[in-house]
Amino acid sequence: MTNTTVPVELPAPAPSRRPIPAWRMLVPTMTPWLAVGLALVAGICLFGLLGPLFVGDPDTIRDVGLAGPTGELWLGTTQTGQDVFAQLAHATRGSLQIGFLVGILATVLSAFFGIYGAYLGGAADEVFSLLTNVFLVIPGLPLVIVISGFVPRESRGLWTIAVVLALTSWAASARVLRAQTLSVRNREYVAASRLSGERAWRVIVVEILPNLLPVLASQFVFAVIAAVLGEAGLSFLGLGASGSSTLGTMLFYAQNGFALPLGAWWWFLPPGLLIALLGTGLSLVNFSIDEIVNPKLKNVRMHRRRMRAQRRTARKDQR
Amino acid sequence: MNYLLRKLGFYAIACWAALTLNFVIPRLLPGDPVDILLAKLSQRGATVTPETRKAYATLLGGDTDASLPSQYVTYLGNIFRGDLGTSISYFPAPVTEVISASMPWTLVLIGLATVIAAFLGILLGAFVGWRPGTWLDSLVPATTLLAAVPYFWLSLVLVYVLSRVLNLFPAQGGYDVILSPGWNLEFIGSAVYYGFLPALTIVIASIGGWLLGMRNMMVSTLSEDYVLTARAKGLPDRWILRNYAARNAVLPSVAGFAISLAFVVSGSVVTEQVFSYPGIGSRLLAAVTNNDYALMQGVFLFITLAVLGANLVVDLLYTLIDPRTRAR
Repeated sequence: MTNTTVPVELPAPAPSRRPIPAWRMLVPTMTPWLAVGLALVAGICLFGLLGPLFVGDPDTIRDVGLAGPTGELWLGTTQTGQDVFAQLAHATRGSLQIGFLVGILATVLSAFFGIYGAYLGGAADEVFSLLTNVFLVIPGLPLVIVISGFVPRESRGLWTIAVVLALTSWAASARVLRAQTLSVRNREYVAASRLSGERAWRVIVVEILPNLLPVLASQFVFAVIAAVLGEAGLSFLGLGASGSSTLGTMLFYAQNGFALPLGAWWWFLPPGLLIALLGTGLSLVNFSIDEIVNPKLKNVRMHRRRMRAQRRTARKDQR
Repeated sequence: MNYLLRKLGFYAIACWAALTLNFVIPRLLPGDPVDILLAKLSQRGATVTPETRKAYATLLGGDTDASLPSQYVTYLGNIFRGDLGTSISYFPAPVTEVISASMPWTLVLIGLATVIAAFLGILLGAFVGWRPGTWLDSLVPATTLLAAVPYFWLSLVLVYVLSRVLNLFPAQGGYDVILSPGWNLEFIGSAVYYGFLPALTIVIASIGGWLLGMRNMMVSTLSEDYVLTARAKGLPDRWILRNYAARNAVLPSVAGFAISLAFVVSGSVVTEQVFSYPGIGSRLLAAVTNNDYALMQGVFLFITLAVLGANLVVDLLYTLIDPRTRAR
């Protein structure tokens, strides 16, 4: 695992006249997969943000229980005649809320333990990375289940669940951040900044953090995926935040209302599918961020494009 | 040798951390587990003596007589003697008995499913990454859909399609209830048949991660100089793939086993619940719903120690496949 510098890219066959501006290096190239990912994420976020404003009250009870999708009720009704589509909109909002909350908390935690520890170096780094590794090997969900089991139902609020999920999910990204920080820490400009007497937080925020932005972004996206999935699992088991409405609680009620055995797929499939699509969208966005973190992955796509271009010119020459 | 000692030291600390976490959690959180537990215990017809109360207070907190450090020492002592208290949901069985009855199910299910998923994922990832840019490679991002699907949702859909509609597999349980558990062919066959769907769920949901990690490492490895050298020497492609590229690319996947395993274990707890599988995950959830705190803690401890053990084994294997760890 040698951490050599990235090989200098040979000039592309058709060199562009203008130099590429620096900010372009921090923005992912638009690829079809990235477009799909962004569309999925944006669509689901909009649905969660604006959807609840347009749908009716999700708790209204009608006398048509377990009715299939119709023109009026797009996704049919639940056992007690509640509008599944309206529930879906509210639940998406709930899931996104907890996802982003946990994402932010976990990223802050991992940044603290990963970046600060690596920056300090020495004994502090040893202790921080030991703590990180211990949290990494302790399985998250069983721990969350045990904690939720001890907290009485009435005091199990949104924040409790968010903090518990964040506490169990920061370790993996702290390790990644630590490795990255270690490689940035010893560069000349960081040393210069330290020698000139800058305070630690300023060196970290101004000199080191910009280099880690792509990594931080990708870790944040991962944290959001993990949080949405983790919360869904907890709520499905009936251990989620009390009084909350998320995709997980929807699945919990669907499962307890025997949605699938009764053939009510419109009640059970959409929440899970929405979680999967949100996760997919975020991962696809992450692929493009990964290309910035690890330029070797980008070479593949560039190589492919060059091959295609060559083939095209070869075909033209034949004619 | 140094690497080995460091690893062993780390696992000793991790093990201590897990034990301490188990001690601290019930004491930090609100609620009075001991009273709930004793009330349930007397419902079951057990006589609650002051000694029983003290034993549970040592395990779960709320003991006012002893100081915290002395409670901690008693707690550790009890753990090392294998005394985790009595389960109330399986009264009068001790916690250790409940755990040892359900542990083999989970070990075999998760163990086999993880090994199959890792093997297939790494194999596929190696082949896809070997020829980056083919149509197969451009399909790789689609595997994220598999990784993003909630385990329990996937398993319920699989149950619905494969066992209710097509009637191929049983939807619930770990073995045919008319058979009595034992080491005979009929029983093992039934266990495999019943375990197929849960295992399939875990494999489908976790294979994407392995594939992607391996593919990305293959792509990075292929641009290394030693691969170019091997090509220049005119070595056959298969040989380069197996002995030069894949061999080096697989290292991070093995080193990252800890993270993958923690994910799989978390997911399979819920999967077991869905299938009413007689493993340790459904015991944990049953314990939570029944306020069976002693069992809950015992199961958490066992899961954590099992994960630590598995990671230790993988780390030891890692010293075999990566000579650099031995050189230092």
